[in-house]
Amino acid sequence: MFQTFILPLLIFVGLGILAGLILSVASVLLSVKTDEKEESIRAILPGVNCGACGFAGCDAYAQQLAKGEAKTNLCVPGGDRTSKQISELLGVAYEDVEEQTAFVRCNGTKSLTQNRYYYTGTPSCEACNMFYAGKGTCDYGCLGFGDCVAVCNYDAIHIQDGVAKVERNKCVGCGLCAKQCPKGLIDIVPLSSCVHVACASCAMGKETRSTCKSGCIACRRCEKACPNDAITITDNCARIDYAKCSHCGKCAELCPSQCIRIEA
Amino acid sequence: MHNLEQKQVIELFKRNKIASLPGLRLPHLKDGQEMQTVSMPVPACVRIPMLQHMGHACEPLVQAGDTVCVGQKIGDSDALMSVPVHASVSGTVRTVETRTAYSGQHVQHVVIDTDGTQTLEHPDMPVDTPDRDSFLNAVRESGLCGLGGAGFPTHVKLGYRDFDRLDTLIVNAAECEPYITSDYREMMEHPDQILEGILLVMKHLRISRAFIGIEDNKPQAITLLQEKTSAFSCIQIIPLRNRYPQGAEKMIAYAATGRVIPQGSLPADQGMIVMNVSSISFLAHYMKTSQPLTTRRITVSGDAVASPCNVIVPIGTSVADVLHYCGVNGDLRSVLMGGPMMGIAVAQLEDPIIKNNNALTILKHPSGRNTSHDTTACIRCSKCIRSCPMHLMPAMLEKAYDRRDFAAMPALGVDLCIGCGCCSYVCPAKRNLTQKIQLAKPHVRRYLEQQNAKEVQT
Repeated sequence: MFQTFILPLLIFVGLGILAGLILSVASVLLSVKTDEKEESIRAILPGVNCGACGFAGCDAYAQQLAKGEAKTNLCVPGGDRTSKQISELLGVAYEDVEEQTAFVRCNGTKSLTQNRYYYTGTPSCEACNMFYAGKGTCDYGCLGFGDCVAVCNYDAIHIQDGVAKVERNKCVGCGLCAKQCPKGLIDIVPLSSCVHVACASCAMGKETRSTCKSGCIACRRCEKACPNDAITITDNCARIDYAKCSHCGKCAELCPSQCIRIEA
Repeated sequence: MHNLEQKQVIELFKRNKIASLPGLRLPHLKDGQEMQTVSMPVPACVRIPMLQHMGHACEPLVQAGDTVCVGQKIGDSDALMSVPVHASVSGTVRTVETRTAYSGQHVQHVVIDTDGTQTLEHPDMPVDTPDRDSFLNAVRESGLCGLGGAGFPTHVKLGYRDFDRLDTLIVNAAECEPYITSDYREMMEHPDQILEGILLVMKHLRISRAFIGIEDNKPQAITLLQEKTSAFSCIQIIPLRNRYPQGAEKMIAYAATGRVIPQGSLPADQGMIVMNVSSISFLAHYMKTSQPLTTRRITVSGDAVASPCNVIVPIGTSVADVLHYCGVNGDLRSVLMGGPMMGIAVAQLEDPIIKNNNALTILKHPSGRNTSHDTTACIRCSKCIRSCPMHLMPAMLEKAYDRRDFAAMPALGVDLCIGCGCCSYVCPAKRNLTQKIQLAKPHVRRYLEQQNAKEVQT
């Protein structure tokens, strides 16, 4: 009884205690000195590693903050709250974070545009895009396989009726989806903006009209109507300068193809 | 292997000392191979793309309303990797429009309404090529790019920077894909012209020996060309094992000479010029007549085609017109430009036939290959690894792509993949291995560029 069960048990318990002691001594003696400030900053940051701050990830940003070489308001996902906490911790003046959100510049739902071919390959936008620039008749529109959905850490973007759509209350504007989109359709815009052009077609108006019922045909009505010169047509597609836009919504009223949207 | 003489290599092959190419033994399905080539009547309208090969697009030289003749140059460019484009019909230019090519690029197309007379720009006359430079210039003016499929501009291939290194011409007549018979018809119908073409290239590039590689499933072609070349000891016919992808550049070069083309280098770096048999034949035809490349022989076949045929069509003819002429109608599920292994599905039947098309394959199955709907998990059976002609590990490459591990992919030899499709074909889980490896290539290139940039900085 003693030899079969109790002795081995004692040996293992003894070994465990010994190993634990060695490790705890080693952890004190051989510990790598870390900046306490850096660690506490890192704890405040959301830990998504999105790269929106311009550094390689949350660790790198925390390191730079601790050295005092970065601004405190760069973390877009963390927003004002994170900025405030970091400012308090570092004892610097609080700066407001401009909160941002993603916007998908395509309106081409299944009822408004058609497919050029029936795609059966790897179900990803990137794969479909390398073949005749995607399955849709429009060469510029959303492919709807959800490469952006797969990278989103906040469950804020979903494919609805064939087009990616952002849920503004969930989106933190980190920009991971924008980097992933093979069509470059996703813009990171200020959260305060509410007028957007939901089309990215660079094709001539006639061609856009033939491929999508809600495409920008570059008629320039919005450009002429805008009181602030905030909207311009470049490459056959309207673009809004959010710094100038006053959210009056005149452009959206006039747009013949309803591709300018107002979102509350 | 590098130092083995050709005869020794063949002996080794015969005695099975060299492991045969992994690849696949595919059904031939070349039902149309004894069908004489027929010429299609000129269609009502053709759309000629300004980019029909790898490289740069041409600028159109004509505009709407212009009258053009057969063989008139309608597009040209100053870029090195470009060949001029010629009108394949006589008629009036309707418009110059932009269409999306299969690569996703927006390419200008010259649309010509034909008048049916097929008036020639100039009558037949031989091209005078006293020296190598004039020969290479004539090759460019002929509008020729590789007719085997990849479409490498021929004047660039022949105009290799180090002529002294070249010692071997390899004529690729393997035609290893199922269904396709256009190169076979070229050999059976114009063997003398092929011979002239070989001698022409050998003379101008001062190459001393030539091999014609033909798969051993075409015994008539082997016999015929052996007869024709019997007077020339410098030209040798190599019967190749019937194995897909025997016609790939690196495979045929190895089979003929035993030389290995390393990653990132050209066959010419190893002293070899590899040319498709139809390209060589066209070259001889051009030197005799100075009529540029305006037509292409297309094999129309596939399991949805009752009577396969070989038909000569003007370049720019729409796929729909060709199929209509060949009597292929009904519910067309999957039309491929090229064969079932490397062919590219046609998105719209208005798309034109281009220079490096050699077949239209129409299949009953919705895509002809695996569909994503019935893909299952990898069971690590290693069939893809055994079938890969480049000795890669497609399953590992796919996994690396799926986890976006671009750092691991150069070591797995992603750039060596020739996209032959063997792995996707054999995969019992029906995974899209070939497509994912193709997708990974640009990512890996970008990753390596970034790494290099970092190294330069530090």
